[in-house]
Amino acid sequence: MELLNALILLLNYTIVPAITYGSQLALGAIFVTLIYGVLRFANFATGDMMSFGTMFAVLLTYYFQSIGIGLGILPTALLTIPFAIIAMILYMLFIDNFVFKYYRVKKSAPVQLAMVSVGVMFVTQAIIRIIIGPFDRRFLDGEKFILKASEFKEMTGLNEGLTIKSTQAITVVVTIILVSILFWFLNKTKTGTSMRAYSDNEDLALLSGIDPKRVVMITWIIAGFLATVGGVLYGLDKSYKPFVYFNNMLPIFAAAIVGGIGNPFGAFLGGYVIAFAEIFVTYAYKKFFTYLLPESLEPDSLVQLLSTDYKFAVSFSILVIVLLFRPSGIFEGKKI
Amino acid sequence: MSFFEGNKMTAGYGNGPDIINSCTIKVDRGEIVAILGPNGAGKSTAMKAMLGLLNLKSGSVVIDGQEISKLSPQDRVKKGISFVPQTKNVFAELTVRENLEVGAFLREDDVNKVIEEIYNLFPILKEKSSQVVGQLSGGQRQQVALGRALMIKPSILMLDEPTAGVSPIVMDELFQHIIKVKETNVGIIMVEQNAKQALSISNRGYVLVTGENKFEGSGDELLNDPEVRRSFLGG
Ligand SMILES: Nc1ncnc2c1ncn2[C@@H]1O[C@H](COP(=O)(O)OP(=O)(O)O)[C@@H](O)[C@H]1O
Ligand SMILES: [Mg+2]
Repeated sequence: MELLNALILLLNYTIVPAITYGSQLALGAIFVTLIYGVLRFANFATGDMMSFGTMFAVLLTYYFQSIGIGLGILPTALLTIPFAIIAMILYMLFIDNFVFKYYRVKKSAPVQLAMVSVGVMFVTQAIIRIIIGPFDRRFLDGEKFILKASEFKEMTGLNEGLTIKSTQAITVVVTIILVSILFWFLNKTKTGTSMRAYSDNEDLALLSGIDPKRVVMITWIIAGFLATVGGVLYGLDKSYKPFVYFNNMLPIFAAAIVGGIGNPFGAFLGGYVIAFAEIFVTYAYKKFFTYLLPESLEPDSLVQLLSTDYKFAVSFSILVIVLLFRPSGIFEGKKI
Repeated sequence: MSFFEGNKMTAGYGNGPDIINSCTIKVDRGEIVAILGPNGAGKSTAMKAMLGLLNLKSGSVVIDGQEISKLSPQDRVKKGISFVPQTKNVFAELTVRENLEVGAFLREDDVNKVIEEIYNLFPILKEKSSQVVGQLSGGQRQQVALGRALMIKPSILMLDEPTAGVSPIVMDELFQHIIKVKETNVGIIMVEQNAKQALSISNRGYVLVTGENKFEGSGDELLNDPEVRRSFLGG
């Protein structure tokens, strides 16, 4: 009984949230890795692009709510995602055409493109501030819980409750669908194969008749999906605050690098590695040990390795360790 | 008039000096032509000029009587000219089969049939079809490179040092494959360091020195020319 309580406690406070957070990071990390693999630069506007897409979902959610359109028990935001994706893609293609393309045609060094992306980041931040402002916004509606702690306790008779929020379930389901389609596209379709070929050996891809303009466009389209969906899922689960999206870039880049930059499947797994590491290291295990240990051995302290205030230190440490010891990432696998 | 000709080509990289000077290379279908010469002579450059990877300052490139000097490399590929570069000539992170599929990117018809033909020509590729090319041996990679280039069913195949860095046994094997390709009525231009062996399977050969045609003739003529022997074939 005590053991079960301890397990439920871990499940509720670490595993379920980590799977959710990991999925959100994974989408961002695949976005980073894809841009790096195909367009060959580290996109520092990643976080703010995700924020940009989410902003449209937030605004449209408010609009849909005001005219009474909704999805019942599901969040209205799900309905707005397709529109937000389109806006995001248009913005990305616009930026690419007026900013990145110039440096790509000039064959600028990747570090130069990365610096340019910092510029894009500031511009994107400013646009977001003008349109929606810097404040914290909640846009989740519909049924909040799939399983409430009280219901769970009643069902099982345990002390500890297990909560499953609808945003957690939605995150996992949507991530699985999106990522499956993406990997099917990259690995099984002619266009996907041509993208991987272009990323692997640009000159030979050109000699094989692959059109680089098309590859670039499709890359941004996929990026638009990943950025918007990842951003909206995160915003629904926590809240939408533009500055937080900028901050999330650290764990997202860490995930992409842990997975081997340029390797989409690695980035996907990397998202979970970072999320689990962050949550396991910052969780206070006092109650967990209270269940497991005899009274005499019960800990007095919180048994927390690191305060949640320092959660970014976890991604940062992993990033540094991976870059020092396994710069090609910890997973084997095909590059994009 | 040959099927594929680079006539009096003069070209350099960007605004740099001319690397090839009034250089002429010709090949007919079903023929193997070797380009020989010392390192840095401009052999690769001549090939790139024929494919349009650099612009001609003067001269022309003609296929089947049609002038193509102004076409982009991609458009020349569509005309049936395939090129296997000296380095990075495969997609190392893709599987053998995917390499072939990408080679057929411009084809609209059923790619599977062409892939089967390539497998018949290079049986090892069938065996390794789902392996990532980066894990293959040098000789096998060169076969993937040839196979990829053949996927558009080219009339002309240009090979830049197809046997670089492989053992003598593998070199012989690759040359046998190249002969098989020739027998499918493809015209082949190849740059080679292994001059003697290359000439022994070639119908004709050119010797380039500092970007200019220095000698040319049939394989036997060049092999037996005392001056060519002394300066390029090691006595
Ligand atoms: N991409 C390039 N840009 C500038 N110069 C080049 C380039 N490639 C080759 N060269 C120069 O052109 C000359 C001929 O090179 P190349 O055609 O590769 O010789 P070969 O293939 O006969 O060994 C060399 O002097 C080389 O330095
Ligand atoms: Mg060369």
